[in-house]
Formats: sequence, structure tokens, C-alpha cells
Amino acid sequence: MPDHILLRNRDIPDIDKLDVYLANGGFEAFEQAVREHTPQEIIDIVKASGLRGRGGAGFPAGVKWSFLTPDVFPRYVVANADESEPGTFKDREILERNPFQFLEGVAICSYAAQANTAYVYCRGEFWDLAHILEQKIAALYERGLLGKKLFGSNYSLDIFVHLGAGAYICGEETALLESLEGKLGQPRLRPPFPAAEGLFAKPTVVNNVETLTNLPPIITRGADWYASIGTERSTGPKIFCLSGHVVRPGNYELPLGTTFRELIFQHAGGIPDGKSIKGIMPAGASSAILPGTDEVLDTPMDYESLVKVGSQLGSASLIILDETVNFGWLAYKTTSFFKHESCGKCTPCREGTFWMYHILSRIKDGEASPDEVDLLREVARGMEGKCLCALGEFAIMPVLTSIERFQPDFEALTGKNGE
Amino acid sequence: MLAEKYSQEIDQILAKYPPEEKRAAVLPLLYMAQREYGYITAEAIHEVAALLDLDPTQVGGLVGFYTLLHDHPGGTYKIQICTDLPCALRGAEEFAEAVCENLGVQFGEPTKDGMILVEQVKCLAGCDKAPMFQVQDTEGIHYYENQDPVSAMQVIEKLRKRGKHA
Repeated sequence: MPDHILLRNRDIPDIDKLDVYLANGGFEAFEQAVREHTPQEIIDIVKASGLRGRGGAGFPAGVKWSFLTPDVFPRYVVANADESEPGTFKDREILERNPFQFLEGVAICSYAAQANTAYVYCRGEFWDLAHILEQKIAALYERGLLGKKLFGSNYSLDIFVHLGAGAYICGEETALLESLEGKLGQPRLRPPFPAAEGLFAKPTVVNNVETLTNLPPIITRGADWYASIGTERSTGPKIFCLSGHVVRPGNYELPLGTTFRELIFQHAGGIPDGKSIKGIMPAGASSAILPGTDEVLDTPMDYESLVKVGSQLGSASLIILDETVNFGWLAYKTTSFFKHESCGKCTPCREGTFWMYHILSRIKDGEASPDEVDLLREVARGMEGKCLCALGEFAIMPVLTSIERFQPDFEALTGKNGE
Repeated sequence: MLAEKYSQEIDQILAKYPPEEKRAAVLPLLYMAQREYGYITAEAIHEVAALLDLDPTQVGGLVGFYTLLHDHPGGTYKIQICTDLPCALRGAEEFAEAVCENLGVQFGEPTKDGMILVEQVKCLAGCDKAPMFQVQDTEGIHYYENQDPVSAMQVIEKLRKRGKHA
């Protein structure tokens, strides 16, 4: 990819300043949308582009919007800027360095959804960023790019920033809506889905920051252009976050379908100190962990191919693990995260993460017997498919795949290998 | 009282939400209370509840749920070091322990002057720039990335100086 489509800040200095953004085609897409298209046409364009939600679930964005209950108003758009998955830091770069493209995406989505109010829900830790974003929004009002009767039409839009206060679970869209309403950030039972009853019980679209940032180029350059990037079913560019044991960690914008090998070795400089890859977590802490085999390294990173090798793409946050990592320790680390972040609403997750944490603490410290690995597996299986939201499923994936795919590490810690 | 002292700011916050949904303003108002009182006191919970026509228990529950809201004093500057998996792979656990050792404290225990409190926290979305931490005080939160024990102590010394002049 010669130029960045999402991380345009890498190509154009100071694109976080409104003048620079406008000089580089900024807000032409939103103006074009409002002046030349009906909301339904925007939904159809986004559907045709194949854009899928970048927050992790990979659900087609245009299809999600088309579920909005007809003729019920007001409607809301909520941008999910609660980026909290260990290993994920892509939305932060967009918000910090290319904020106007994101905000233009919010505006286009709001127009398509016929919403006159949008909220950007930022995790509380993004305090500085949220305050800067408020200044960017103020600049848009000054230029007449937000507010009443935009571009001489009857369409009006307000965008507000809302700051969370520290809770991973608020990245789950219904928990986010609860939190935005001023309640505990705990997931809702679905249905009804947010498209029917979302924020303040009104039809609502919730989309991830990166998803929304894709919209301006889709409108100006067209659905066909967008769909020509990536694979047939996983279209467009994706920001891959790379962390862990890699020479150049960071964000890499590449077409969906790029192989692990190309990203890790060609772009990111490979593994430090000539070590070998033992495993890859492709979706942050919430991953089914893949072994670092040639088969895996040559797998294209798209939504379909990852499932075929026994994992998911999720938010495409790759944590690279070299040969020095013991996966019993790793499972302890991820479980410690999920135990802390379990919202406590449903019993399997609240109790299950607690018990897994205690067993894994013993395993990590070399105090557990081999039987306790079986107990751990039993607790994890007991949670499977029984939790209210995906957090519970996320919590068990690294644990079960560590046990299944990296068994010798557990044997080493529990003395089963005769040590 | 927040209601008198910050009536204009409170109106600005409430204006972001539909009038019949003003409960949505509870987190911004709790941040305001934390800024004013240093932590969220029992009185502050009652004040915020009264502003939003909520029961104090509805507000108090939130303080326990969200990690950036504090219901007790401790540490003017909270040094919140991420030690989650990606950061740990880049030495964040050893880094966090070195910071504590240099300060002569345990995690969660403020320094004798009450100025600094070191905590291990969950992912802050700075995984590629670990070791990293954020500093939370009553005014806000700031990130410090690509840190080592020496640079962290320099940050902490600057905070101490600022705290003494405050």
C-alpha cells in the first residue's frame, strides 16, 4: 500500500490540524454525503464496500446500520473509543494523530443513521486525548462543519465527548451504553439489540473508532475501490497492532489478508536476538493462541483464514511470544486481567475467572499438582457458552488454547515431566 | 458545595445530554467532585446524587465499579504502571518493582510525604511503548511511555516539586 488510508498522519504532517485536513480533501466526503446522497444510499455504499466492524466482531457495518428500527427518532450514534484490549493501541493513534478523519466518519455514520446527536465514548485513561478531541470538535463548529442545517440542508448534527472512568467491559457495546447512561458498565441481555433499543432506549449505532475512520475514503473513492483492497470477504485496510517480542512494535496499516510472516518479518523486523516465535496471540489477550509454525506464519490475516487455523482475527492486535515464554505464566497474566475486569453481573464469568486465577497462581508459582491443570480445564469448560457477554469467552480462550497447544509448559510447572 | 461553586460548568455538562436523561452526567460530575475534594467523599456522593435526582446508593455504586474513581485519599500523584501481558513481555513487572524499591514503598502504599502512590494497573493502550505508566492526580491523567527506572524517578521528582508548590 503506497499511501495510508487510515493512518494518513504517517504521510501528511500536521493532519491533526483542521486547515491541513481540509487542504487534503477533508470533509468533502461528509459534504458529498449530505448534498448528493440519501441516508439509505450511504448505507448501501457501505454495505457494498464490505466494511466490517474493526472492534473485534467483524460484523458488516452497513448491515448493522440497516437494522435500525424504522421511523423511530431520535436516534444516536456512539463511537466506541474505549480501547482497552491488552495489545490494542490503534484507535489511540487515530484519535491523537488523525482525529478529523475519525470525526468525519462519525458525521457520515450519523447522517446515514439519521441521528442528530453522536457521542464519542473515550476510556477514562484517554483524558488528555478526550480534551484535545473536544477542541477539535469546537473547531468543526466554528467552520460550520457541525451544528445546525449543514451545507444548506435540513440535517443538523452535534458530537459530544463522554469520558469513561476505567472499566474494560465498557468496550462491550451494551455495557458501554449502560455506562454512558450513568449506570454500572454491565452488559445488557440481548435482544433488544442497540439498533432497536440502544442509548436512552432509542435506536442506536455503536461503531469502533477504526471502523468509522474508514468511511470518508469509502464515500469519496467508492465502494468498488474499497472492496478491491484486501480479500473477497475481508475488504479494506486494517491497522495491525504489534506488541511483545518483536523488533519494531507499533501500528501497521496493511490490507486484510496480509500474512503473519510479512507483517512480523518484512515490516516489523522479526524477533529480537535471533530467537524463534513460539506463539502468536492475533486478537490481543482475548485470543485463541496460535503456535508459531510455518503453516500459521503463512496464513493470511483475514476474518475467514484465522478461523480456519483455529483462532479469530478480533481487533488484529498481535502479541508475539518468543521461545522464552512459559504459557502457564501467560495464562496467569491474561486471567489476572479478565478476573479484574469481569463486571460481576453473571456468575460463570465472575466465579470462573476467580477460580481460574487462583489455580493459575499456584501453577505459575510451581505449587500446583498436575491434577490442577485438569481442574483448570474443567473450570474453563464450565464457563464456555454460559456467559452473558463475550468477556467470559475471551477469558477462557487463552487458557484452554495454552493447555491444548503448549502442554509441556504446564508439565514443566507442575512437575509432571519428572523435574 | 459543587452546585454553587461550579454552576456554570455543571450546566455545560448537563447540556450534553437530553434533559430527561441527566443521569448520564454522573461520571463527569464525579470527576468534578474528585477534582474539588481530592477523592470522592461521602458528602460528594450525596451532592452529585442531589444534582441528578438520584439515590446516593446509585452514585456510590459507580465509585466502587470504576477504577479511576477513588473513595479514599492516598497519594497526590498516583503512578499507575501497566503490568499486563504485552507490557510484561517488555519488562514492565521488573520496572514496576524497581520504581517501588527506589521509592522504598510497596504497591498501593503512599510515600511518607503522601505525595506518590505506585499501583499496578491493567492495559492502558500503550503496549508498543512499554514500560509505561500514567499519572493520575485530581486535575487529570497523563501518559509517560518508553520509560526506565531512571526516567521514571525523574518524572516522580518533578511531580514532587510541583506538589510542594501547589
